[in-house]
Amino acid sequence: MASQTQTRNPAFYALIAALVFMSAGPIALMLATSFKTNVDVYDASVSAFFFTPTIQNYETVLCNVLWYEPAHVDYCDPTFGRALKNSLIVGLISTGLTLVIGCMAAYALVRFRFMGRGTVSMTTLLMRMVPPAVLLVPVFGIWTFQFGLDQTYTGIILIYTAMNLPFVIWILQSFIVQVPIQLEEAARMDGANPFQVFFLVVLPIIQPGLAAAAIFTFRIAWNEFLLANALSGRSTRTVPVTIVNSITEYDIDWGVIMATGMLLAIPPILFTFVASKQIITGMTAGAVKG
Amino acid sequence: MSVAIKANRLTPYLFLAPAGIILIIALLYPIGYMVYASFLDWSPSQRIGQAEFIGLRNYINLMSDEAFRESFWVTIRFAAVVVTLEMALGVGLALLLDRNIPGMAVLRTVFILPMMIAPIVVGLMWRYMYHPTVGIFNRTLKDMGLEGIPWLSDSTWSFIAVVIADVWQWTPFIFILALAAMQSLPRSALEAAEIDGASEWQKIILIKLPLMMPVLIVTLLLRLIDAFKVLEVILVLTNGGPGLSTEILALRIFRTAQEFQELGEAAAMSNVLLMLLMAITIGMFAYNRVQEARAARQRAIAEKGDD
Repeated sequence: MASQTQTRNPAFYALIAALVFMSAGPIALMLATSFKTNVDVYDASVSAFFFTPTIQNYETVLCNVLWYEPAHVDYCDPTFGRALKNSLIVGLISTGLTLVIGCMAAYALVRFRFMGRGTVSMTTLLMRMVPPAVLLVPVFGIWTFQFGLDQTYTGIILIYTAMNLPFVIWILQSFIVQVPIQLEEAARMDGANPFQVFFLVVLPIIQPGLAAAAIFTFRIAWNEFLLANALSGRSTRTVPVTIVNSITEYDIDWGVIMATGMLLAIPPILFTFVASKQIITGMTAGAVKG
Repeated sequence: MSVAIKANRLTPYLFLAPAGIILIIALLYPIGYMVYASFLDWSPSQRIGQAEFIGLRNYINLMSDEAFRESFWVTIRFAAVVVTLEMALGVGLALLLDRNIPGMAVLRTVFILPMMIAPIVVGLMWRYMYHPTVGIFNRTLKDMGLEGIPWLSDSTWSFIAVVIADVWQWTPFIFILALAAMQSLPRSALEAAEIDGASEWQKIILIKLPLMMPVLIVTLLLRLIDAFKVLEVILVLTNGGPGLSTEILALRIFRTAQEFQELGEAAAMSNVLLMLLMAITIGMFAYNRVQEARAARQRAIAEKGDD
C-alpha cells in the first residue's frame, strides 16, 4: 500500500460511513420496500425502513413457482416464473459459449504469431465499443427476416455471445500472458498437441480470469433489456423485459416491482460478495491491458 | 507480445475460427446491414428487400430535424457531465482511501454493488426515490418543512436526476481502477519524494497523478464510451422527458424504431452514434500513444540521470 498514514481522524470514518450509506442505501431502500404493502408505501406516516414486513410481494411475483397457494393472490400471473427460467437459460448458455470461444481466441492472440494478428486484435478491441442500441435495428431485421431466429433462445444467445466476446477476449489475454510458457513447452515436449496444451495446461491456470470473465458476461446477459426486448417472444422474454412491460401502466405497485427488482438483483449481488476479488482483478485487467 | 509458441500455420486460425464466425455473423454483418438500412425507407413489417432506397434522405432529414439535433446535444452534455463528475469523484475517493484502513476489502465490495445491478433495476430504484410524494428525497424534504423538488417533471431537474443516478452507478468503476493503479505505483518514487520533504498535496500532484495518467486515460475512454451506451436507466426514469430534456441518442434510436417504426431513420441515427464513438476512440488512442511515447522518453532521461 502506497501511503502509510494511519488515520485516526473521526471525520475520516464519518466520511467512509456516509459513502457506504450512499452506495448501499438505495439498494437497502429497495429491499425494505419489497417487504412493504402498497398501503404502507403510500402512507407518509410509515417510516421508510421501520414497518411491519410482509412477504406478500414476493408471493405475488413467485406465485406459480411456489409449492403452496398464497392466500392473498386472486389471480396468479405466471409471467415472472417463466421469465426467470428464460433469463437463466439465456444467461448460462451464452456465458458458457462466450467463455470457451473467447478463451480460445485470446490464447491464439497471445501465443501465436500469424498473419492478420494485428488486424484481428484491433477489430476485436473496436467492437467492444458498439452500443446495443446500434445493433437494435440490424439485428432485429436480420434475425426476423433472414435467420428466422426471432423469438427463439438461439437468437438471443447468439447476440449476447457476440456482444460479450470482445470484452472477454480482451481481459483473458492479460491472464494468458502471465501463464509461464515453460509449462506449455514442457507439455509440447511430452507430445501434447496445441489443443491439449490449451485445455489441459492453460485453462486450469487461468481459472481466476475465467471466473472474472464469467461474472461479467453473465451479468450483462442477465441484466440486458434492449435486445432481449426486440428479439424475444411471449415465451422467451427475460426478466428485464417483463419488468419494463409491467411498469408502463400509470399506477405502479411499488412493493411488487421492488420485489421483482430484488429478485433480478440478487444473483449479481451474491456474485459480488463471493467473488469481489476476481471482479476487481478482471476490471483492472480489462482496463489496463492495451 | 513477449513469447510465442511454434505451431502449425493453421493452428492459430483454428483457435480463432469460432470467435471469428460469431463476431462476423452477429456483429460485423449487422453493422454493415445497418449502414445499408440507413439508406432505406423501411418499416418493421417489410422485408428489407421491399424497402424503398432513398439515398441520403434519412441523413438529410436528421440534420434538419430539430429534435434529433437536440438529442445529439443532450447526449454530448450527458456524457461530458457524468464522465467529468465520475472521474473527479472516483479519483478523489481513491486518493482518500489509498491508505491502510481495516476492512478495505469489504468497503470495495460494497462500492462495486451499484455497477453490478441491472440498469433497469437501477432506473426503478431511482424512480421510486424521486417519486414526488412517496420518494425518500421529497419525504425527507417535507419532514424538514421544505418544499419537494419536481425531480422528474421539470426539464432541468430531470437532467440532474438522470446524472445523479449514473454517477451513483458508475463512480465505483473509476474508483476501483484508480485505486488499483495507485496501489501499484512504484514505492521508490513516493519514498524519494518523502525524503525530499514533499507534502501530501505535492506527492499527489507531482507524482501520483502523472504516473497514473496512462491508466486514467484508458479508464476515461472506457467510461466515456459506456456513457454513450446508457439507455435503460433513462428509459425507466424519464423515458426521455419531460420534453426532450433527457432523450439521449440511444433512447431516441430505440423509440424511433419501437414507437415510430422508422427503421431506416433509426439506422441512420445508429450510424451517427457509431461514427461519434469511433472518432472518440481513435482520438483517444492517438493521444494515448503520444503520452506513452513522452512518458518513455522521460523515463529514459530519468534513468540516464541516475547513472
